[in-house]
Amino acid sequence: MRLPISLMSIASVAVLAMTAMAAPADDFKAAYAKAEAASKQSAALKTQWTTTVATLKAAKAAADAGKFDEAVTLAKEAEVLAEASIAQGRDEQGAWKDRVIR
Amino acid sequence: MLRKLLFLSVMMLAAVRPALAADLADPKAEFKAFRDYFTSRFPKVPLDDFVNGPYSMDEGLRKQWQEIEEFPPYEFAVDKGKEMFAKPFANGKTYADCFPNGGIGIRQNYPYFDTKSGQVITLELALNQCREQNGEKPFSYTKDDMAALTAYMAFTSRGKRFDIKIPDDPRALAAYRKGEEYFYTRRGQLNFSCASCHVQSAGNHIRTEVLAPALGIMAAMPIYRSEWSGMGTTSRRFTSCNSQVRATPLPPQDELYRDVEYFLTYMGNGLPVSGPGARP
Repeated sequence: MRLPISLMSIASVAVLAMTAMAAPADDFKAAYAKAEAASKQSAALKTQWTTTVATLKAAKAAADAGKFDEAVTLAKEAEVLAEASIAQGRDEQGAWKDRVIR
Repeated sequence: MLRKLLFLSVMMLAAVRPALAADLADPKAEFKAFRDYFTSRFPKVPLDDFVNGPYSMDEGLRKQWQEIEEFPPYEFAVDKGKEMFAKPFANGKTYADCFPNGGIGIRQNYPYFDTKSGQVITLELALNQCREQNGEKPFSYTKDDMAALTAYMAFTSRGKRFDIKIPDDPRALAAYRKGEEYFYTRRGQLNFSCASCHVQSAGNHIRTEVLAPALGIMAAMPIYRSEWSGMGTTSRRFTSCNSQVRATPLPPQDELYRDVEYFLTYMGNGLPVSGPGARP
């Protein structure tokens, strides 16, 4: 059996559209998971920044509103903030001793 | 010869540098250095006046404060705390049963290191332990009930001089060191330590506020803050300081916060209790 060409075209367009929709959502999930993991690590190290938490929350809100490009950007920003706070904690280990009043 | 001298110089520097950077003095020596730093930097401020925080640093603020003290905004908290303190628990006992000297005039001895449990016990923690031992639910460490109780207890101790001890127990020294580390460690997106504001910038303005010196900073707790339009406990002060530098605060009365309180109050030994206080 052969499908009419017009029906095949419509189906192809629909599949492409669904793929196009799914890709940003998947991108967001991946970016969010990385950011969330880094944020949890910074919390465990007691070096977390409030801005990391707020940016993660904003990323989730953007994704919930279907704004996936914005959500991915925010998730990546949150990951950078989390990584920076972890680096800060690492740099401060021992550095505080130089500031003690002597 | 020149090479030998150069080699010797490098070796000497290598030997000296860690001693300068890493070796910490014992708490008694640090206490002296801490006090000397502030008294040298602010030679016109009488030692006991450091407990008045920003008012010891700024004449204009001091005048405002003296007028505020005619009708102190913390007075209601003291009255409420007095009532709460006397009211028996469901089992008939009161807070007085949990504390030395019936809880009156003892603020200057808190926090202390408890060698039985191996941890720092602050007044706020002791009050909630008392409640739980008597079958009552603990209060929030940041809300008005805790602020009222500690305000009353501080009020009964006014003028008494802080006498925080570090017992001969390695765990007590470790708690002091952890508190010291927290105090001097930079955190938050703004990259500030407690010392950034209260040592390096003490007496300076941050927006409209004058930063209090770290020396004697615990003496006025709890405080009525105009900014909060209400009373605030030590726990509230610590968590809000962290938030202000964009660091996620620890849970109130976290072990680290208690260690910071231990370190800071020890640094204020010999200064009089001035709490409850009023701050902008």
